[in-house]
This record gives sequence, structure tokens and C-alpha cells, in this order.
Amino acid sequence: MHGRVKVKSTAQQEEEKRKEREKKLKIYVAARDACFSKRKEGIFDDEALQISQQLLSSNPDFATLWNYRREILMHLETVKEEDEVQKIYVAELSFLESCLKVNPKSYGSWHHRWWVSTRLPKPDWARELNLCDRCLSLDDRNFHCWDYRRMVVMMSGVPVDQELAFTDRLIGSNFSNYSSWHYRSTLLPLLHPESPEPTSPCHKPPQSSTPPSPQILSHRVCEEQLLKEYELVQNAFFTDPNDQSAWFYYRWLLGRAEREEMISCVYVCRDEERVAVAFSGPVNAQACGLLLVLDGLPQRVEWRSVHPRFKHSPVWICDFPPGTISDIPNEHNLTVHWTEKPTHRDCALYTGRSESWCRDSATDQELFRSELSVEKTSVLQSELQSCNQLQELEPLNKWCLLTIILLMRALDPLGYEKETLAHFQTLKEVDSMRSAYYSDLCSKFMIENTILKMEYAEVRVFSISDKNLTTLCHLDQLLLVTHINLSSNQLQRLPPQFAMLQCLEVLEADNNSIENLEGVYHLPKLEEIILKNNKISSLSDLQPLASCPKLKRLDLRGNPVTQTADVESKLAELLPSVTDLLL
Amino acid sequence: MATEELPSEFDVVILGTGLAESVAAAAFSRVGQKVLHLDRRSYYAANWASFTFNALLTWIQQQQEEPQPQEVQDWSSLLEEGEELIYLSQSNSASIRNVQVFCFTSEEDEEEAPDTTEEEDSADPQVETEEEAEEASHKEGEEPEPPQPLPPPAQNQSEPEPPQTLPPPSQSQSEPEPPQTLLPPAQSQSEPEPPQTLPPPAQSEPEPPQTLPPPAQNQSEPDKKKISYAHLVREGRRFNIDLVSKLMFSRGSLVDLLIKSNVSRYAEFKNVTRILTYRQGRVEQVPCSRSDVFASRQLSVVEKRKLMRFLTSCAEETEEQRAYNGRPYLEFLSDQKLGDNLQHFLLHSIAMVTEATPTEQGLAATRHFLRCLGRYGNTPFLFPVYGLGEIPQCFCRMCAVFGGIYCLRHSVSCLLLDTHSNRCKAVIDSRGQRISCSHVVLEEGFVGAERKRSSTPPRFLSRAVLITDGSILPTDSEQQVSLVTVPPAAGGPAVKMVELSPSTMTCSAGTYLVHLTCPSVGSAHQDLSPLVTSMFRTPESPDHDGPSVLWCLFFNMADGSGVEAEGHDLPENVHLSSGPDAELGHEHAVRQAESIFQKILPEEEFCPPAPNPEDIIYDGDTGDTEGDTVNTGDTGDTDGDTGDTVNTGDTVNTGDTDGDTGDTVNTGDTMNTDGDKTSPGEEEERQAVSEE
Repeated sequence: MHGRVKVKSTAQQEEEKRKEREKKLKIYVAARDACFSKRKEGIFDDEALQISQQLLSSNPDFATLWNYRREILMHLETVKEEDEVQKIYVAELSFLESCLKVNPKSYGSWHHRWWVSTRLPKPDWARELNLCDRCLSLDDRNFHCWDYRRMVVMMSGVPVDQELAFTDRLIGSNFSNYSSWHYRSTLLPLLHPESPEPTSPCHKPPQSSTPPSPQILSHRVCEEQLLKEYELVQNAFFTDPNDQSAWFYYRWLLGRAEREEMISCVYVCRDEERVAVAFSGPVNAQACGLLLVLDGLPQRVEWRSVHPRFKHSPVWICDFPPGTISDIPNEHNLTVHWTEKPTHRDCALYTGRSESWCRDSATDQELFRSELSVEKTSVLQSELQSCNQLQELEPLNKWCLLTIILLMRALDPLGYEKETLAHFQTLKEVDSMRSAYYSDLCSKFMIENTILKMEYAEVRVFSISDKNLTTLCHLDQLLLVTHINLSSNQLQRLPPQFAMLQCLEVLEADNNSIENLEGVYHLPKLEEIILKNNKISSLSDLQPLASCPKLKRLDLRGNPVTQTADVESKLAELLPSVTDLLL
Repeated sequence: MATEELPSEFDVVILGTGLAESVAAAAFSRVGQKVLHLDRRSYYAANWASFTFNALLTWIQQQQEEPQPQEVQDWSSLLEEGEELIYLSQSNSASIRNVQVFCFTSEEDEEEAPDTTEEEDSADPQVETEEEAEEASHKEGEEPEPPQPLPPPAQNQSEPEPPQTLPPPSQSQSEPEPPQTLLPPAQSQSEPEPPQTLPPPAQSEPEPPQTLPPPAQNQSEPDKKKISYAHLVREGRRFNIDLVSKLMFSRGSLVDLLIKSNVSRYAEFKNVTRILTYRQGRVEQVPCSRSDVFASRQLSVVEKRKLMRFLTSCAEETEEQRAYNGRPYLEFLSDQKLGDNLQHFLLHSIAMVTEATPTEQGLAATRHFLRCLGRYGNTPFLFPVYGLGEIPQCFCRMCAVFGGIYCLRHSVSCLLLDTHSNRCKAVIDSRGQRISCSHVVLEEGFVGAERKRSSTPPRFLSRAVLITDGSILPTDSEQQVSLVTVPPAAGGPAVKMVELSPSTMTCSAGTYLVHLTCPSVGSAHQDLSPLVTSMFRTPESPDHDGPSVLWCLFFNMADGSGVEAEGHDLPENVHLSSGPDAELGHEHAVRQAESIFQKILPEEEFCPPAPNPEDIIYDGDTGDTEGDTVNTGDTGDTDGDTGDTVNTGDTVNTGDTDGDTGDTVNTGDTMNTDGDKTSPGEEEERQAVSEE
């Protein structure tokens, strides 16, 4: 009576599907071949447009076909009226929409859309913006769409404040979104630039029609807005402290006081008749228009970096022709001009002096605070408080610990040294995968602190023994140091940057794990090296020392190299200047 | 009217079209059992039904009518040897009581509201539906007609007659007959509340109701146009008012079942967009998802962290939690040092338990809530577009697709008991036809109290349905669907409130439909009207600045959880199912259906996935059936074609101007994908890959 329902068996279904697939494939292959042969023959007609459309709608990642389509469209542009071209391109856009439905992350489709949008005689940017918003609402991390959207925003001149509201919306729905946070970081300096002069209002948005390019403006954000951003981002990391996107944004907010590019130090030495110049960052002195003027006369000198490995370096040296300044009773005045910037620095070598320098010290520049911005202390203090509050709740959260360390350093690097070290210890435990990173970072901070202490003491002795150093940095700041003590750390090498210690006389580096001495290179004043209990294993490792002309004492006890046969005679050959060798 | 008989043999006869019965019907039919599914009502879904405004008025009237003492027909002539009759109860009014209706809006354009008589009203649908039922049972070889949204819209439109119990206060006062609220006499005696004339405010307040004439308010607020009663009646078809108020947990058993069985293709769903709570006289949003917590303005950052931490730590059972087993959840929460705010949210809005609930239950409820979060949206709940009444109908449709036969306004008078085996071998329907069957599933209302084992005194739910003119917590979006948890006040029960916006297709533009539910202490009006007065503007709270109540209905409904699963005085192959319970989710009904199914067919799978229409073959004798069946989804369904309204393709299309469509969660598409969290983009990518 009643028709009973039966379901096709799996085999039946499979068979049907297989047939269906075969049929589809046949059609696809035939269409593809037709397309290729047409292109070969240089035919740019509507039919080709149609066939390629069919193919692309099932496979939008077929780059050759997109190219062919562009060729056809460009051809049509030349033969059709503008109205018709507009129509064709509008149709192309709606075709592209269907392709994006098939694959919203197709490079080909997005690129073609970009191409079409920019060629459209009368573009409808509002519609494009709408498309982007819909795509992003489906997948807020579709970077193709983000890219395309940036173009649309630029072309259509969407007001910056609207764009900021757009990021508000996206972050509100899901704050684990780097794209939105990053976009914010490009918008805020436009909308709320830090006032260059205290008089100009900082929250006046720039004219929307022509958004100024971010490069021209400062990357800083005015303080009023910064406080709002701090609040926003705190909401995010209190809600989910394990989400890194908010922390990264927070770091951006805190950081970025950029150092002015300048000549930070000029050092001149009568004995070697040499000048060393330190810059605020690595430069290529051979190409940046560096001019040395001695007693009012420009000098032809050859600048070289401290180590042949560096094309860019913060420290450059040059030698005068012999006899230029070696006359002790005479006073000499030097000026180094950096013609590109332009800036310069003077240095006077007084009568009877064997050396002289002129510089801004690290303390003068508040150098090591600059990685965090120079916000008012009270703001940073309250930020530190809220992070401490979070840390109480989440004692093992690495992002929070790291941020606390950074805030402490920004506030008072020496005062918080103890806490900082304790936090680093915790960090290494909770995030053991990155313990080496934390060790290096901690080394960096320890070195900074030691530099500060040295500066306050106004000495040229740098002593940082027994601090678990794993790496050396800021060596450009040690240009004037004569005596360095690195003993009892975990250093594995003295890197090429070590050659910046142009005034070094005594190097103590015993009880480390040093295998490599690459950086002990052309140190003109170096007389004594203590390398007891390290891991120097072969004579070739000691090769760089041969470039130090004044080296007299060398302590190699407790290194594998001392076991080498005939080590003494070979060393005498390699380092003839050494008179006092301990093996 | 054709009087063709039904087939005389079935595997399972099911009485009542509530959720449990409908799920059971679909399950049986799906595995090849012959199912006869009957309901003596003129509409589907029993106490789970959704009505248009006008149909609800009819329903109210039916509830308020005296149950006509039906003559019990003697079918003993049909008995064969060794058989006995068990008569079934023929009245279904026992499950609803204390119906009270109030209209607080003006009845503008009175002339337009036609005053139809009661006779017409009750007679018409009867005839119509019977015809339909007949038709359905006729179509042999063809697909039985899928359930129709009830009652037929044509009737409602032509006769938007307000029952006389209704509004304009002046009118009802002039009415001669006082006890319009129609409690069955026995009940009203047991109730302390005296029979009331309508509207009660008139009695309880010294002021006559005319002193609070809604039109006056109307004038005082010229900016907001007040919606008149006539307008509600005119727009009546826009309403789909549920008798029960529940939500679907995104990972609850009902959603799982809808997905598993493919029944989801017959319906569409909306996310509940926010969870609110009412405390200290204020409505607040409960931050429950990550983005809520992030965006919340009322929580301090420390509270945010504490809340997120608690929610994360809840996910897994810990030693610390076990230590609190047996002790109140409240104690556990307060030991977590969360602060009053968070404690309130967690207890009342997230776990939705009482202060005395043991910790393990509280945690289980919290975990369930959290598991459901984020599957389809920012809250754990879904609501079916067009109302909850859709759900039982969807299962009925599935039953029908697989050959189940449906008749409304058609009942079974008695069961035929084989005295030998103590099994029910057949039923006798209301027309005296003997229909043999192996099993019978009965909605509990068909069984007299003397044979049932249920809690004493019987438990009831208190329900209120309000039509208001605004949201209880307005936002930029007017399409919010909100769950409002109201913690117990002064020893009363906790109230669950659901506010539906027109986007759910359950109320007309400019109105909101508010459902309140709690376990009964007194009558629904006693239990809920104080809350209504404190949360809304009513004639009793004219100065309230919240939304105004335009119309409201109070009633009590039997609590389905009061009926025991076992131990009834019935043959072993007669299975009892009960109506809606007080819980927010649908677990009770689904569990019942499944356990009945497994008792009868322990070897069979419960609701296996239905095949795609193109994979169904008919080996019946009629050749033309296939075409009919493929479009079963469409017939007589006001919501239009169900499965495909939001196909994934459309969502990318910017050409679509309507931003709201994106919200709709069409389970037909979305639920079918097993990876719940895949972004649509990824999903499409996968499809693209598979096509190559």
C-alpha cells in the first residue's frame, strides 16, 4: 500500500558520486584545453571570457587563467565604450564574489579583484568595503582580505576615526586578533599624534580626505589617548593573560621612544694616531659621508669598522698618517662631521695628553630606558601596579612577568635589579622552552646596569663577574673601557663586537665556557688576557690574538688547548709578543 | 466529510504530539516501524505548541470553557474473548489551570475588532482540522501531509475575535458574569485566591481601572506611539507564542539529536544573544563569554581575571572541587573569593541553581553551560525561529517522511487489554475503529489519575506571557534575544525569563515577547505578577521607566517531571510520556523518548541520520511518489523552505544588504558540519578542496 522508504546503499551512492566526478573532470579538462588553445592563438573574445569564468568558478586558484582574463579585459578596454567597460568590470566583480565563496583565501581571486577595482572607471568603494567587512566577520584573520581592505581604505579615503571604530568593533568581538591591534597601532598616531609642541591640540583628527602617510608623522600617540589604550589592552590581558596579541600591543604602547641618530662619542689616541667614532646605532661610515676635520683641515682618511665582519657598525676607526698628532706638546682639535644628518662632534686633544674623548654617556642619554617610552613616571608606575596585581592572580604568567620586568627597567633599572632577577628566574622555570632567551635578555639588562654603575662611578673599569652572563651586548658603550672583568659567567665566545673595546688593556674572562675569541681582534692596547678555565681547544682559536700588538701576558691554564703537543713553541710562533704565558 | 478508515494494523500507536511523543514517533518511523500518531487537539505539539496571537486567544478561551462532560461511549461490543477495555481520559484541561488574561493597552479602533461569537470560533477549526486529518490519513502511497503550522492562518485572519474575558477594563466590568478566569471549580476551591473578575487590578486596588486609562498614558508620551490591542490582533499572525518557554543548550541532547537525525534541516535557529540578570531592581548583562568579559564595563579588571580564571578552572574536576561534594555550591563559590558580583553571576545566571544546590551539581551545571558556549555564538543557547512549537513538528515531519500516519482531532477511546498476556493488543479510536498494535505511547494526560504514579501534590509550573513595547535592556541592536535570570526573592522560586525580539519571528515589529517561568508556589499570577510589576510598566507601576506591558497572560501548567517513569497501572507495552518540565533545556523530553524507544526496540539505533532526499528510493506501487516526497519539506509550511535559507554561499555575498541574515544559525547547514568551531571560511575551503 504505502510506499516504503528505502535508502540507497553506500555502494550505490559511491558509484553515483564517482560517475559524477568523472563527468565533471571531463568537462573541466575540455574547457581548460579550449582556453589554452585560444590564448595561444591570441583570441580575446567573450567566449574565452566565458570559458575561463566557468573554470575559475570551480577552481579559483588557476593563476594562468586569471592572467588570460586580464589580457582579455585589457583588450576589451581598447575596443569598447567606457560604459560597457564599466559593465564588464562590474560583472567581473560579482563573478569574483562567487569565487571568494568557493575559496575566501584564494590569492588569485583577491589579486584579480584588486586589479579590477583599480581599473574600474567608476569604482564603488563602499561596496568593496562592505565586502571586506563581511569577509572579516566570517574570518577576522583573513589576511588577503585585510590587505585588500587597506587598499580600499586608501583609495576611498575612509576617515581614520571610522577605521579606528572598525578595529574597536573587531577587537570587541574577538581580541585575539593581531591584524586589528596592528591596524590600531598605525591609526592611532594619525588620529591622536603626540603633539610636537605642547600648544597644538593632540586629538584633532587630520583631514580625512588625504590621510597623511604614517612615515611622515611621529609614531607616538598623545598621552590622553595612550591612557585609554592602556585601559583597553588591560581589559584584554586581564580577561585572557595567555593571549599574546594584547601583550604585543601593550609592548608597542609602552615602547618606541626612538633614539636620535647621532655621533655619541669621538675618541682620539695620540700613540696609535687613531680616531674611533661611536654612533647611536650601526652605520656604514664608508657610505654615510663622514668627514674628519683636524685643526680646521679636512683629512683624507680611510674609515674601517672594528672587525672585517661588519659592514654596518656603531664604532668606526681610522688612522692618521704617521706623525700627524704624535707631537705631544701640541694641542689638536678634531671635528667629525656626519654630513648626511647633518651633525658633528668636536674633540680636543690637549697638550701633553696621550688620549682624549668627547661623548654623551649612557646616563646622560637615559639610554637604557629608551626601549620603553619616556612616559611620565606616574603612568608607568600605575601600569606596573596593575601588572603586579595581575601577577598576584597569575603568578606563572610569562607575559605578565616579562612586562613587569620591562616596566621596572623603564622606571628604575638599578633599584629593581633584585626583583628583576627573581622574575627572570621564575620566567625560566615557567617557560623553560625559552630559558636561553631569558638568559640572554637578563644578561643584557645586567650589562646595562653595570654600565650605569660604571658611569656613575666615572671609571673605565667594567666588572661583571659571576652574573650568569650568556651573551655580551652594548659593547659599543664600552669603547673607553681599559679593564674588563667577565670572569665566572657562562660566556661561550667573545664575539666580533668585542673588537669595539678599542681602549682595552686587561681582559679577564676566566671561568667561562669560551671557545671562540673572534672579537679579540686588533685591540691596540691589549696587554693581558686571562682565559683560565675555558674551552679553547685548538691553536687556531687563538689566531685572532695575533692581531693585538701589545699582548704580553696570556693565561690559558685549564683549557684543552694546553694539551696540544708542542703547544709552547707553537704559541711562541703564533704570538711572538707574549712574554708571560701560563699554561 | 470522508470517513475512510485508518489502516487497522500498526507497530506503534502514539497519542499526543508533544516533544517526547514526536521524537519517539520519528525514531520508530525512521527504523521502519509503522507509526500511527494521533492527537485529540486541533493543533500539533500539545503543551509545547506555539500559537499566533489570535490562535492563542482561542486556546485561552478553550481553557476557560467548562470541560464538557463527554459521554463515555461503550465499546464493549468490540471485545473479543479474553479481552478487557481500559478507558482513557478524554479531557486535556487538567494540565492547564488558573488562566488569567490582562490587557493594558487601549483598544483603539474598536469597530474594527469584530466581535465574533464563541460558537463560530470553536466550531470552525474543528471542522477544518478534521478535514485535514482525514486527508492526511488518506494519502496512501503518497507522503502524508507534513504538519501544518496551526491553526490555519486563514481562520485567524478572518476572525481575530478577542475572547470576552478580554480587555478594555470598562467592558469587562460591565460584563455580567464574574469568574472569567475559569478555574475548574474544584481547583478554584482549593486555591486560596478567590475567583476574580477581570482585570484583577480593579479589585485589588481601590482605584477603578478607568483611572489608569492607557490612552491617557498615550497622550502623555506623544513621542512613542502606543500599540493598541487592535493592532496586536491585526498583527496577530506575526506572533508565535509558546506555551512552554525553554531554550536549547547548544550541546544539549536536543541539539545533538537534531544534528544526528538530520531533523535540523527542517528548522532554523537564532542565537540567544545575551544573558541578563535582574537584581537589586536593575537589569544587568551577565558576562559569560570571553568577548563579553573583555567588553564588560561593570567588572573591574581584577574581577575579569577572577571570573575567567574560575570559568577555566571549572572545566576540569579537581581535588579541591571534590572536597566540596555534598556541600552547597554557594559555599564553594564564596570560598573562591570571587566577590558578590561574580558569585551572583555564577550561581544564578551561569549554573542557574539555587543557593542550596550541592557543589557537584552546581559545577556540573556550570560546565554544561561552558561547554555549550561558543558553539554557535556568544551564549550557550539557541532558539528556534518561529517558536519552540516548531521542534515537535519537525520530528513529526520526519516521522511522516518515513511513513508515519498523522491525524489531529482524533483520539483513542480505550485500550484493548489481552487479559492473558496483560498486554495491550489494540486500541479503539474515537470513531470506534479497532486498530491493532504492538506498543502504545501515551501522553500522560490520556491516563486517569488513578492509574498514574506521580508526585503528590501534583507539581505545576507558573507561566506568564507578556507582550511589551520595548526591550528590558535596550541596546543599539533591536534584535537581541535575551535570557534573564531572576534569583529567588523572599523564599519564592527563581524565575527564568526569555525576551524574544521580532527577529525570532515570534512577535510583531515594535513589540517584544516575554516569557516567564518558575515552579509554582501559588497561582501563576500570584507567583509572577509582582515581578512583572517591578520590571515593567503596568497599571500598577505607572511610573516605571521600563517597557510597558501591552498584554499579558498567566497560567499554570502541569510540571511533566512530576510523572514517574515507571510503576503506572498500565499494561507493560503501554508507555507513558509526560509534558514539559521546569528546566530550561529539553533534556527531560529527549531522555523520555529515547528510553521508551529503547525499551521497545533495544537493538535499534535511536534516530540514525536521515538520508538526503536524493538518496531515498520508493519501492511502493505508485510511480509518482518520488516527486512528492522530495519536497516534503515544503508543503503547508508557512516558514517557506526550511533547509536552505542561509546557505554558506550567501554569507560572503556583499550584494546582500541585510546585515541581520548573518545571525541566523541554520542548523540545516551549520549543524551538519562536525567541526563546530571551524570558521565558515575554512569550511568553504574544505568544500573547495573536495571538489577538485
